Amino acid sequence: MTMSPAVITRVSFSRRLKDRVVLGLVWLAFAVAVVPLISVLWLVIKNGIARFDLEFLTHSMRNIGARDAGGGAYHAILGTLEQVGLAALISVPVGLLTAIYLVEYGQNRQLARSISFFVDVMTGIPSVVAGLFVLAFWVLVLGLGYSGFAGALALSILMMPTVVRSAEEMLRLVPNDLREASYALGVPKWKTITKIVFPTAFTGIITGVMLAIARVAGETAPLLLTVFSTDSINEDPFNGPQMGLPLYVFDQAQRPNVTAVDRAWTGALTLILIVMLLNLVARLIAWWRSPAKGR
Amino acid sequence: MAKQIEVSDLDAYYGSHKAIEGITMTIEPRSVTAFIGPSGCGKSTFLRTLNRMHEVIPGAHVDGKILLEDQDLYGPDIDPVSVRRTVGMVFQRPNPFPTMSIFDNVAAGLRLNGRISKSEAEGIVETSLKDANLWNEVKDRLNKPGAGLSGGQQQRLCIARAIAVSPAVLLMDEPCSALDPISTLAIEDLIAKLKNDYTIVIVTHNMQQAARVSDRTAFFNLAGQGQPGKLVEMDETSKIFTNPTQKATEDYITGRFG
Repeated sequence: MTMSPAVITRVSFSRRLKDRVVLGLVWLAFAVAVVPLISVLWLVIKNGIARFDLEFLTHSMRNIGARDAGGGAYHAILGTLEQVGLAALISVPVGLLTAIYLVEYGQNRQLARSISFFVDVMTGIPSVVAGLFVLAFWVLVLGLGYSGFAGALALSILMMPTVVRSAEEMLRLVPNDLREASYALGVPKWKTITKIVFPTAFTGIITGVMLAIARVAGETAPLLLTVFSTDSINEDPFNGPQMGLPLYVFDQAQRPNVTAVDRAWTGALTLILIVMLLNLVARLIAWWRSPAKGR
Repeated sequence: MAKQIEVSDLDAYYGSHKAIEGITMTIEPRSVTAFIGPSGCGKSTFLRTLNRMHEVIPGAHVDGKILLEDQDLYGPDIDPVSVRRTVGMVFQRPNPFPTMSIFDNVAAGLRLNGRISKSEAEGIVETSLKDANLWNEVKDRLNKPGAGLSGGQQQRLCIARAIAVSPAVLLMDEPCSALDPISTLAIEDLIAKLKNDYTIVIVTHNMQQAARVSDRTAFFNLAGQGQPGKLVEMDETSKIFTNPTQKATEDYITGRFG
């Protein structure tokens, strides 16, 4: 077969046209994704900034009348921090250990495959079902009553699969070379995992945990069913109804006067700020632990 | 410190697939033994059986006997972790621990195997890096990440890491295949130096390298695709490269293989 010699030509018009069209489409898709995000942020900041003051951050809704201005979300902020904190305390260790089992020890065993399957199933559980489960089991059957901890249990059910999946992915990204290098030094497997594999995946795992926290921090439905709701400060997450920021927003937004609606917006703003702050902290931890820092 | 290895009738499997069959050989202490042979003939597999790294792969197992100075590495109550502490390994691709500094990389084996004092670690890190001909290049940046070094330096860092735990045997799985000629030369000089203290086994695809660095050479081959690899012959390197007994060896080293 003879081949005609290659000729160097200019980029044809049709290829340049296609390039432009596809580039335009990519920008359009970008805009479609970003416009709602910006508009939500804009709306929440615009409407929430009015009541974002010291009183809002330090006072509860106790003894605030239906039409009164003032009042705040201190009880809700406290409740959210405690509930999400407890949920993280339950689901992060369990999730990480599950991920380590799946990646390092599972090796396609029956147990590992079924765990993997049920983690997938858990990912699909609607949040209200998690709330209903805790309501039925913890609050009603065991009779332990509404509490922040019951809410944390419901949230941890929602958090766990996210933690498992993201940690699993990060652990799988650790090159096998590193495990072998460690074994070849005569390091036992558990030490290889805790001292070599885990630190290598640490940055990614932190990011995954933060995403999981951000996801559950905004959950309303499971909290409605488990922590109930209150206008007063309840510092004890193990006893009696608490408040949470999503609940607070839900509660205030349905009250028929402007002062309450303003508080709802500010509550939403506070929630966004808390999640953003957590993300920032996670970035800082990741940066601080990053090996590239010293380069 | 250096120890002799005696292998008798060793088979290695991946699941039900037999990768190598019937290997019997003696590896002398304080010398360099090179394994050569075509790809897939089981040299690396055999090398990994020598420190029980083979069984790290799911489904992999070994049949036969390996004696390290009268101690059976595959004895029933032998801890594979302790075997790997005695028989060190350097891999094909440099693999320093990315989260650790140069210092921590070299000290890793010692630290992860038990507590040692800082001054003790400093001494061992310095001698290991000196033995690995890397000290002068990194002594001013010991706390910088090991991954920031060049490929050749990383490989010497891995060698320093391997010798820091003072093994009796050092296995090298194509340690220069990812390196440029200058780094390769640095590693070959290093091997020549290290053989005074260690038993060194090196797998290489580069026959000039085998001829340059090794005292004895073993030629592996396989009868055909899917067949287990076998040891064809093993002798003094000079004999293998000038006057091998087997026709297959001669064909391979003269490039008339296949």
